[in-house]
Amino acid sequence: MDIKDIRNIVELMNEHGLTLLDLSHKDFHIKLKKGPDLDDLRSLMACMPATVAAPVAAPLPSTGAPDGVPAVPSAPAAPVGTEITSPMVGTFYSKTSPDAPALVNVGDAISVGQTLCIIEAMKVMNEIKAECSGILSAVVAEDGAPVQFGDVLFRVK
Amino acid sequence: MFKRVLVANRGEIALRVVRACRELGIESIAVYSEADVDSMHVQLADEAVCIGPGPSKKSYLMPDRIIAAAEITGAEAIHPGYGFLSENARFAKICAASGFTFIGPSAEIIAMMGDKATARATAIAHGVPVTPGSPIMRDPETALAAAKQIGFPIMIKATAGGGGRGMRPCFNEADFINLFYAASNEALVAFGNGECYLEKLVINPHHVEFQVFGDAHGNFVHLWERDCSMQRRNQKIIEECPSPLVTPELRARMGDASVQLIRAINYQNAGTIEYLVDSTTQEFYFMEMNTRIQVEHPITEEVMGCELIKEQISVAAGKPLSHHVYKSSPRGHAIECRITAEDPYNNFTPSPGTIDLWYAPGGKGVRVDTHVYSGYTVPPYYDSLIAKLIVTGSTREIAVARMKRALGEFMIRGIKTTIPFQQEIIAHPDFAAGTYDIGWVARFIEERKI
Repeated sequence: MDIKDIRNIVELMNEHGLTLLDLSHKDFHIKLKKGPDLDDLRSLMACMPATVAAPVAAPLPSTGAPDGVPAVPSAPAAPVGTEITSPMVGTFYSKTSPDAPALVNVGDAISVGQTLCIIEAMKVMNEIKAECSGILSAVVAEDGAPVQFGDVLFRVK
Repeated sequence: MFKRVLVANRGEIALRVVRACRELGIESIAVYSEADVDSMHVQLADEAVCIGPGPSKKSYLMPDRIIAAAEITGAEAIHPGYGFLSENARFAKICAASGFTFIGPSAEIIAMMGDKATARATAIAHGVPVTPGSPIMRDPETALAAAKQIGFPIMIKATAGGGGRGMRPCFNEADFINLFYAASNEALVAFGNGECYLEKLVINPHHVEFQVFGDAHGNFVHLWERDCSMQRRNQKIIEECPSPLVTPELRARMGDASVQLIRAINYQNAGTIEYLVDSTTQEFYFMEMNTRIQVEHPITEEVMGCELIKEQISVAAGKPLSHHVYKSSPRGHAIECRITAEDPYNNFTPSPGTIDLWYAPGGKGVRVDTHVYSGYTVPPYYDSLIAKLIVTGSTREIAVARMKRALGEFMIRGIKTTIPFQQEIIAHPDFAAGTYDIGWVARFIEERKI
């Protein structure tokens, strides 16, 4: 096949409005494509880093080294279990008074209706009660720290 | 002066307060519902506290959560904005009891002027004209005598009436007795009680309100008027300052009455007194008082050269009225369009959703107060106000031309807005002439249907 043949093929393509000609012959294989190569574009897109479309709350996955050690050692492990979130705004206390022991500890079995913590607002100490049962797997809120509506207080397995 | 102020509101007014705080060097604390996490005021405030899920009843209308947010952030004062808890006397009381300064008048004043009957009685007691009326009239002859005293036209109203029943407008003496019987009998049949009273009928009234301000040092002023007659179903769409209807003489009478009232009740902070004006007689009548900042306050700011939100904060902090408020000098003319997320050609159906393109107008004399930006999603839980477009010109003609220009530049893609409808109004000869009353929009919509 020489350049004259190729030019003829191109003219034929234009005449008939073709955008792709893929011709295989026992001696040769020719592929002529008009316009952007969408297949190439698609494979290029697949290689690009995914844009974060999810809302801010979703943490970015940690890029661990091949041996499995997380790149950011202090990053929290993926959360396990049901989250107990704050139903109100106020100051979180894990105990009923400064000298008292914590109301609940990690590993405790908790049942529905059990008081888990106190949230103080407007000089009133509000008892926050469990709405699920299970084993307490994490105390997320800090004793004496302010909490807003929706903040995670505990995790229960 | 306060170091930290909590803004107990959302949307454009919350951003307005955050901006005023920033200019005063005050740290601002935003409270927000989960639906408002991406709102501009939340992003720009110095601190933000989530107080509940989307629905207002579970967030912005919960006094205890707002107070708790103030507690944990160390706020000293709370600005209630407009709507929500801004005219809730109980909230104002709780603020004070919890040790926070409520930026507005006292709980007692809010309660007094918030109740329409008490407000009306207060106005009467302090020499402010109210719509003349009568008590229950025993018989048509007594009623006629009272009607003559009040002055025609009169609305004969059955005290037990409702839904438009038992009401008869009467325009002259000759028809009065017959109409009185008609109203009375209709009510007797429908409600079992034919007792009637009288009220002066203001034909095609204009809504003209006065901005007032008081401080704790005995200073009480008015800052001229705003004409808010362009309303649809009692919702303001367009406002302007000054009113095309109000002459200097009328302004003096209304202004004096307004200042007299707030001085008599020792009204602190910003407030607005709303009047009905009869353009034919130049009589004005007290309707109600709003004990808070109004949505349309920017047009007063532009014409009077004052800073109303900052003034609210500084007066609440105990300072006397600023010189530029006390001795304001009006200049020019301002018009505001309330841009709402509603479809004006589909019965103003709300149009929440994501705005994928937002381009707000600019240039000389254009001010846009908004919390919205490209990519923002208008939540479905709240009122539909997304922006206030305020233009100022040295004359009313210039302001009108400027509003036409600015509305034409405003690009909001992704939701329906009232902009095309407001363009029609601004282009209408009645608006150019300044001859529109409270019933204008309803008539305009009716005419277009035919």
